[in-house]
Amino acid sequence: MTENGNSAARAGAAAVADDGPKKTVKLNIFRGTEEDGKEVEYEVELAEGMVVLDAVLKIQAEQEDDLAVRWNCKAAHCGSCSAEINGKPKLLCKSRVEEYEGQEIHVQPLHAFPIIKDLVSDVSWNYEVSKGIKPFTSDEQAPFTMYEEDVERLYEPKKCIECFMCQDVCHVLRTHNKHEEFAGPRFFVRNQWLEMHPMDNQDRLEDVKEKDGVGLCNITKCCTEVCPVGIKITDNSIIPLKERVADEYYDPAKWLMRKIRGRKSMTNREAEAAKNGN
Amino acid sequence: METNGSRNRENFEVREHDVLIIGAGGAGMRAAVEAAGKGLSVGIVTKSLLGKAHTVMAEGGMAAAIGNVDPEDSWRQHFIDTMKGGKFINNWRMAEIHAKESPDRAYELEQWGALFNRTPEGKISQRPFGAHTYRRLAHVGDRTGLELIRTMQEKVLATDTKVYMETTVTKLLQDASGRVVGALAYTRENGKFIHYKAKAVVMATGGWGRIFKVTSNSWEGTGDGAILAYDIGAEMVDMEMVQFHPTGMVWPPGVRGLLVTEGVRGEGGVLKNSEGKRYMGDYDPERMELSSRDVVARANFSEVQAGRGSEHGGVYLDITHLGYEGIMQKLPTMHEQFLKLADVDIAKEPMEVFPTIHYTMGGIKVEPEHCATTVPGLFAAGECSGGLHGANRLGGNSLSDLLVFGRRAGIGAVEYVEQNTHGTDIPEADVQTEIRRVLDPMERTKSDKDESPYLLQSELQDVMMEHANLVRDEDALKEGLGKILAIKDRVPNVKVGGNRLFNPGWHTAQDIKYLVQVSELIVRCAIERKEKRGSQWRLDHDELVDEYGSINFITKKGPQGEVEIERREIPPMPGHLSELLDESAKGAKV
Ligand SMILES: Cc1cc2nc3c(=O)[nH]c(=O)nc-3n(C[C@H](O)[C@H](O)[C@H](O)COP(=O)(O)OP(=O)(O)OC[C@H]3O[C@@H](n4cnc5c(N)ncnc54)[C@H](O)[C@@H]3O)c2cc1C
Ligand code: SF4
Ligand code: SF4
Ligand code: FES
Repeated sequence: MTENGNSAARAGAAAVADDGPKKTVKLNIFRGTEEDGKEVEYEVELAEGMVVLDAVLKIQAEQEDDLAVRWNCKAAHCGSCSAEINGKPKLLCKSRVEEYEGQEIHVQPLHAFPIIKDLVSDVSWNYEVSKGIKPFTSDEQAPFTMYEEDVERLYEPKKCIECFMCQDVCHVLRTHNKHEEFAGPRFFVRNQWLEMHPMDNQDRLEDVKEKDGVGLCNITKCCTEVCPVGIKITDNSIIPLKERVADEYYDPAKWLMRKIRGRKSMTNREAEAAKNGN
Repeated sequence: METNGSRNRENFEVREHDVLIIGAGGAGMRAAVEAAGKGLSVGIVTKSLLGKAHTVMAEGGMAAAIGNVDPEDSWRQHFIDTMKGGKFINNWRMAEIHAKESPDRAYELEQWGALFNRTPEGKISQRPFGAHTYRRLAHVGDRTGLELIRTMQEKVLATDTKVYMETTVTKLLQDASGRVVGALAYTRENGKFIHYKAKAVVMATGGWGRIFKVTSNSWEGTGDGAILAYDIGAEMVDMEMVQFHPTGMVWPPGVRGLLVTEGVRGEGGVLKNSEGKRYMGDYDPERMELSSRDVVARANFSEVQAGRGSEHGGVYLDITHLGYEGIMQKLPTMHEQFLKLADVDIAKEPMEVFPTIHYTMGGIKVEPEHCATTVPGLFAAGECSGGLHGANRLGGNSLSDLLVFGRRAGIGAVEYVEQNTHGTDIPEADVQTEIRRVLDPMERTKSDKDESPYLLQSELQDVMMEHANLVRDEDALKEGLGKILAIKDRVPNVKVGGNRLFNPGWHTAQDIKYLVQVSELIVRCAIERKEKRGSQWRLDHDELVDEYGSINFITKKGPQGEVEIERREIPPMPGHLSELLDESAKGAKV
C-alpha cells in the first residue's frame, strides 16, 4: 500500500474483511510531451486477469482524467493500443499485468514517432507511406478463380493489424531516422502480398527498391520478434522482396517474362498446365 | 483558409468539400469511394485512426447469396431469412435491395484486393451462420472485418478523398432553410476547431453499444451520429431494438463482454449447461445453436437464470471437436484471444460465454433507395441507420449492409450535390456558440457540482444494464427512465481537468450527452412496444402481438425538446415480395 493513499489504496483499506486486503499494482507511466515529459508512478487495484490497458484505463477513470492512451477493440484485433512496456513494444490490451510479477512496470509511448502526449505518438507518417504504395490492380474481372494453394501464403501478411510496433523497433527508423528513404517492415508486408497476389498486375519492384528502400534492411529480424499476429516479416516478406528485386534488376530474362506474361505470377494450376504443355 | 479570431472569438479552420462523410467504418469508406469516384471533393472524418473502427473487429463474415457452396441459395431466400430474423418489421425494400446487391459488393471487394477463403473450385467460400438457410457468409478465418476495412482503407487512400483522422464532429450545421450545410469538429490531438462546409453530409458513425456496461463495442460506440441527426430533427426508427449477442466472454472481468464470434457455432460449436446438457433442443430443436441471435441469447440467459450456469455465470460453448488444426484454420483469432486473455485453450476445453450487447438495429430513418434522412442534405448508412434489420439482425448482414448502403448513400449524396446549387455559409455566431459549448467542461471554473464524465457514463451503463437489458418489463423500464432523466439533468455538470492536448477526459465529456439521449429513446420505445419480438423481450407481455407486427416506432425531437413517439404503419409489401414470404410460410424454400 502506498503512503500517498490514492483511491486504489483507499478502496483496499475499505475492503470487506474476508477478502483480505485488495492487491494493488504500481505502474510508471510516461506523462507529458516530446519536449517535456517524465514517468509518474500510479497504483491501482489489481483485478483477476487484468491487462496493462485495464490498469491504464482505471487510472484514467479514477485518478487522471486526461491521461492519453489509444485503444479500441481490447482484443488484440485493431492495433490501436501499441506502446512500450519496459522498453519493448507491446499491445497494452494483450499484456497481462501478472506477466510482470516481481518486476517494475514502465509504460511509454512508441518512440520511433513524435510523441503527442503520454502514451500517444503521432503515427500519421505511416498513412502517408501507405498512400504512396501502388494499390491492388487487376485487369481481370472478379469473381476470380483462385485456389487455396495460390493464396495460402497471402493470409499471413494480410493478418497485419497496423499496430506499427515493427516500425517502432526497426533501427533504420528508430535509430537512424530514415523515414524519408525507408518504408519500414509494415509496408514490406503490404508490398509482399500485393506482389504475390496472383491476380494483381501492377509492378512495384522499382518502388520497393528505390522509394521504399528495401536495401536498407539488414535482416536483424527485430520486427518479426515483436509482431503480435506472428507475421514472419523478415523471412516471408522482406527476404522474398529482396530476392525479387535482385532478380528483376540482375536477371533480364525474368524481367522479360514478366513483361510478356502481364501478371506477375500464374496460379499454381496454370503453372502446372504450362509445365505439361497445354 | 485560416480565419483569425479576435478577442472572444476562437480560431477555427474552414474546410470545404462537396460531400462530408462522418465515420470511417465500412459504410463511410464505401460512401467516400463512391463520391470520390464521381470526381467530387470528399472529406471523411473519424474519431480514431484509419482502420480502427468497429468494422475491423467483425469476425464471422459477410452475408451474400452467391451460392458458391449451396447453389440453391438466391437473393429471395436471403430476403426471406432477413425478414424472418427481423420479425417482419424490417423495411422490406431495404431488405430486398440488400439481398440483391450483396453479391456484387462481395465481388467488388475481391476486385479491390480483398482475399476470402476459397472453395475447392477456387471460388469464395461461404460458412453457415445463425438463421441463414444456406451457407452464405463470405469470410476469411475469423478476421473478415479486418480484410474488409483494410481493403476499403487502401481504396480510399487511392482516391483524392481527404482523411481527417482523430477528429470529432460535435454538431451538424444547417442553413436558414434547415438543410445541412456542414459540421463543426475538433481535432483530438490538439483541440483545434474545424468548420466543415459541405453541400451534403453522410452520417456513418456506427452504433451505441457503450450505453451498456457489458458490450462488445469500443469507446467509439456512443451514438454520436444518431443523436447529432436527431437533434436537428431527423426521424429515428425502432430505437428499442438493441441486439444482445448470445456469446460474449465472461471471464476475466476485464474482458467481460468481448465478442466470441458466431463463427464458432457456424463451425459446429455446441452450447452446454453446467449439467453437461446440450440445451438448444429445448428452445429451437430445428436450428439448435444456429437459431437466430435473439433466441440463442434468451436461451443462454434462461439457463443461467435457472441455476445451470458455469463457474463465472455463463454457459459453455464447446468447439473442441474441431481439434487444434481445425481451430487454427477456421478460428485462429478466437484461439489466441482465449489463450492470451483467459488462459483457456479452446482446442481442449469449452469457453464460458454469456450474452453481450452488440449491435443496434434501430437508428436514423432513411429512404431505402439512396439513404436520405428526413433532413435535407443529410444521408445515413451503416449501423447508425435503421430499418434493414427490423427487430433482430442476422449475423453477417451488417458487413454487407455497410457496403450496399454505404455505396447507395454515396450515390444519393452525389446526386443531391449535382441537383442543388446552394451555398454553405452560416453565421459565424453559430460556430462560436458551438465552440463555447464544446470547451465548457474544460474551461468552466470548478464548482462543487462538478461530475466526472467517466463516472457519469459508468452510472448510466449500470442503469441500462439494470433496466433495459435482455429482459424488460414496464415497471423496471419506467424506473430506468426516471434515472436516465435524472442523469440527463447532471450532464451540464461534467467537468474535466487538463488542456486541449489529447485529453480523453474532455473527449469523454462530449460523448455523455449522446449516451443519455440515445438511452432515453431506447427506454421510451421499449415501454411502448408491449410484446416479445426479436430482441425486445417484455416479461410482462411475453408473446408476439400481431398489432405490433405492422408498425414501426418513429421518434423525433419535439418543439420543446421532448421526445415525440409515433406508431407508423409499415406500408404494404408489393406482391412479388409478399408472395415469397407466403411461400416460405408454407415451408417452401425459394
Ligand atoms: C466485435 C464485433 C464483431 C462483429 N462481427 C460481425 C460479423 O462477423 N459480421 C457482420 O456482418 N457484422 C459484425 N459486427 C457488426 C459490424 O462490425 C458493425 O455493425 C459495423 O462494422 C458497423 O460499421 P459502420 O461503418 O456503420 O460503423 P463503424 O465501423 O462503427 O465506424 C464508425 C465510424 O464513425 C466514426 N465516428 C463516430 N462518431 C463520430 C464523431 N462524432 N465524429 C467523427 N467520427 C465519428 C468512428 O470513429 C468510426 O470511424 C461485429 C461488431 C463487433 C463490435
Ligand atoms: S529485419 Fe529489416 S525491417 Fe526488420 S527490424 Fe531489422 S532492419 Fe528493420
Ligand atoms: S506487421 Fe505485425 S508488427 Fe508490423 S504493423 Fe503489422 S501487425 Fe504490427
Ligand atoms: S485495443 Fe485493439 S489491439 Fe489493443
